[in-house]
Amino acid sequence: MNSHVSVPGQTGAIIADTPLADAVVRLENVKRHFGDTPALDGVSLTVRKGEILGIIGRSGAGKSTLIRCLNGLERPESGAIFVEGRQIIGLSERELQPFRRRIGMIFQHFNLLSAKTVEENVALPLKIEGRPRAERLNRARELLDLVGLSDKAKAYPSSLSGGQKQRVGIARALAARPALLLSDEATSALDPETTRSILALLKDINRKLGLTILLITHEMEVVRSIGDRVAVIDAGKIVEEGPVWSVFADPQTDITKSLLAGIRPQLPAHIADALSPEPGGEAVLGVDLAGAAAQGTLLAELPRPFRLLHGGVDHVQDQAVARLYLAVPAVPAGAVQTFIQFLEARSARVEVLGYVTGHA
Amino acid sequence: MSPVMLDLLVQSIWETLVMTGASGLISLAAGLPLGLALVATDRGGIAPNPWVNSVLGAVINAFRSVPFIILLVALIPVTRLIVGTSIGTWAAIVPLSIGATPYYARIAEVSLREVDRGLIEAVRAMGGNRWAIIREVLVPEALPGIVAGFTVTLVTLIGASAMAGAIGAGGLGDLAIRYGYQRFETSIMIAVVIVLIVLVCGIQWVGDRLVKRLDHRI
Repeated sequence: MNSHVSVPGQTGAIIADTPLADAVVRLENVKRHFGDTPALDGVSLTVRKGEILGIIGRSGAGKSTLIRCLNGLERPESGAIFVEGRQIIGLSERELQPFRRRIGMIFQHFNLLSAKTVEENVALPLKIEGRPRAERLNRARELLDLVGLSDKAKAYPSSLSGGQKQRVGIARALAARPALLLSDEATSALDPETTRSILALLKDINRKLGLTILLITHEMEVVRSIGDRVAVIDAGKIVEEGPVWSVFADPQTDITKSLLAGIRPQLPAHIADALSPEPGGEAVLGVDLAGAAAQGTLLAELPRPFRLLHGGVDHVQDQAVARLYLAVPAVPAGAVQTFIQFLEARSARVEVLGYVTGHA
Repeated sequence: MSPVMLDLLVQSIWETLVMTGASGLISLAAGLPLGLALVATDRGGIAPNPWVNSVLGAVINAFRSVPFIILLVALIPVTRLIVGTSIGTWAAIVPLSIGATPYYARIAEVSLREVDRGLIEAVRAMGGNRWAIIREVLVPEALPGIVAGFTVTLVTLIGASAMAGAIGAGGLGDLAIRYGYQRFETSIMIAVVIVLIVLVCGIQWVGDRLVKRLDHRI
């Protein structure tokens, strides 16, 4: 696994040795197979109190199995899962029930009960807990207020839009005052605008209530907009993990790079097609910059002339993250090397993608 | 139609309503739990148990494959044990209920099976036990289908109750055979057919209205 531990302003030790008391959920070497194919192949992960942790991966990577292990809907074959410090593997269905009440969950297809009104849906976790009716309805009203749907209390879910349904889902997940909110592709069935409003609501709840959120998604944009940390899962393994901005600035694995492809500037196709591995003409460089380097006057200080082919600066978790594509003349010999050394001295990460001749 | 005939007709309507109503309620009370048991014990259900599931399925199939007129006669000892007699309206309720229960169990099973598994998972994720899943998800979400199936069962029971005349249960079917058919009282035959049509239409209408009111799925 690639850990982004050397983060400016944070020492590696803090991340590596998270105190147990700070962990809402901790997984140790969790394994789960379906037939011969491993869905989870030794996953270790800590969800820390108050953070928004995104787990991203392609479909079939094991995301759903992972999230369902946390509330015991799926039972791993080996490993350990601690919820608020207590091991839940090996517990019976009945023993798991109190733990599940500490974990709220929202779903891609909302999973609201069609036969119940909005407020009955929100109050359901409390009904299951056996709370009195008056308390349930009070809490439901309070939560509908929080998600901005007070006027829909008596409506049935079928009359709501997708975004409204997910707001009800969020209110319902919060009803029993959980320690952790699991989000299972909660925005994947929504249009981009609604997705933004739901993500803003989740971030708001995270800030206001200090609620820990673990969200799984296949969309990097979701992690980018509200995640604090991200773990990339592929073929049942966590292959990369770290603060979101750091993973964006310096992705280590091919899978992370390909997941990032949609939201990071990519080399335009006609240039990529013209690339040749043979030195000559101009060298095409991919440059990653983060933090101060991305916001400084670096481009003006570069030692040799260059062409800016493509690129941009993005802001992730209030950190500037830049991806630039530069073309640098390959003559005289050693010119490209000088150029790269200059950039690397200013903590840029540079890769030579190939060479182009003529006007690519 | 003479006043005597009218009295006979009214009494027959009453007998049919008693037989259909009582056996309908019994088959609802017994068939719904059976339908729930079939869905719950199935593979991937909330209480999977292949052994119970296949035994239950086999028993239900066995009862469903016996023609009702045979069941009526074959169950005479059972009827005598429960009601004390094997003749009359109340005696007919026993075979009618036993015949309709497996029928209704299958109809309820189909509705319960159609409940979105995601909803069951949502309630499990909230810490709900099996009883909570049945009470909050399976039954309420399948209710429109459960009611529609009950309507179908009642209509079927009206038809089956005509055969119960064979054990002296009375009712509209019995009246039609003894007076309308055997004594060539055409007016009785017509009257019975009209009453049956009105009865069936009425039950279906009430059932449909109820389903529409209960269904919030779209």
